[in-house]
Amino acid sequence: MELFISPLLGGALIGLATLIYLLCLGRVTGVSGILSNALFKSDRLAPALFIIGLIVGGASYGSLVEQTVAFPETRSPILLIISGLLVGYGTRLGGGCTSGHGVCGISRLSGRSIIATVTFMATAILTVFISSFI
Amino acid sequence: MFALISLTSGLIFGLGLAVSEMANPTVVLGFLNIFGEWNPSLIFVMVGAISVGLCAYRVQKRLAKPLFFNDWSIPKLKQIDSKLILGASLFGIGWGLSGYCPGPGLTAIANNSAEAIYFVSALIAGSALHFVQTKVTN
Repeated sequence: MELFISPLLGGALIGLATLIYLLCLGRVTGVSGILSNALFKSDRLAPALFIIGLIVGGASYGSLVEQTVAFPETRSPILLIISGLLVGYGTRLGGGCTSGHGVCGISRLSGRSIIATVTFMATAILTVFISSFI
Repeated sequence: MFALISLTSGLIFGLGLAVSEMANPTVVLGFLNIFGEWNPSLIFVMVGAISVGLCAYRVQKRLAKPLFFNDWSIPKLKQIDSKLILGASLFGIGWGLSGYCPGPGLTAIANNSAEAIYFVSALIAGSALHFVQTKVTN
């Protein structure tokens, strides 16, 4: 029972952030796009503040918000760098990530986003499956 | 007002990643490990977020313009092309390697700095690479 209350509540908070940002500012909360706008666009203030808020809010994990699962042991820099490059380049090429396609796009019932979400879920599951043999 | 709303939305989003424990790669990798010891909790994160998101976009359709801005800036693309599929595929591989997608990866700056230094630098480099590539090809 309690197993799914925190995820559901956490998800609803993510949805609430999406709702506020959308209805107040007219924008989608796709984190990869917001990060890219904060770095490369001329109108940087709103995206940069969103990213700062995201990091500060996330810092509540393990302090304000109870941490029930341990972090993985610190992994190799090479793995993290390859992962970061693929996530950074792939989300921009595909126009969205878990939040932009997975949450905002599916909420808008966008065909593109549904296809993108199914695709990245599939390759992520496959990657974890293959990794389990290495 | 604009700045305050951005910051508040980011804070709530980050809090959501913490409460759902999506900020923790162990939880995410457990969810992606459907052929092993599967942890389904992330499904409920999606259910929670999309339930509220569906309401948000229903209200959006009835508003002429955003409450504190002049116009909507919502993706209009409909085309399903090779960029979408290739981009999403590469992203999924990267996500499956570390358990970090962009949001949780950024929260690692506060929670797991030993990993964030590599992941976030590479995330920005990958994003920059696409930005430069787009500029050059245009």
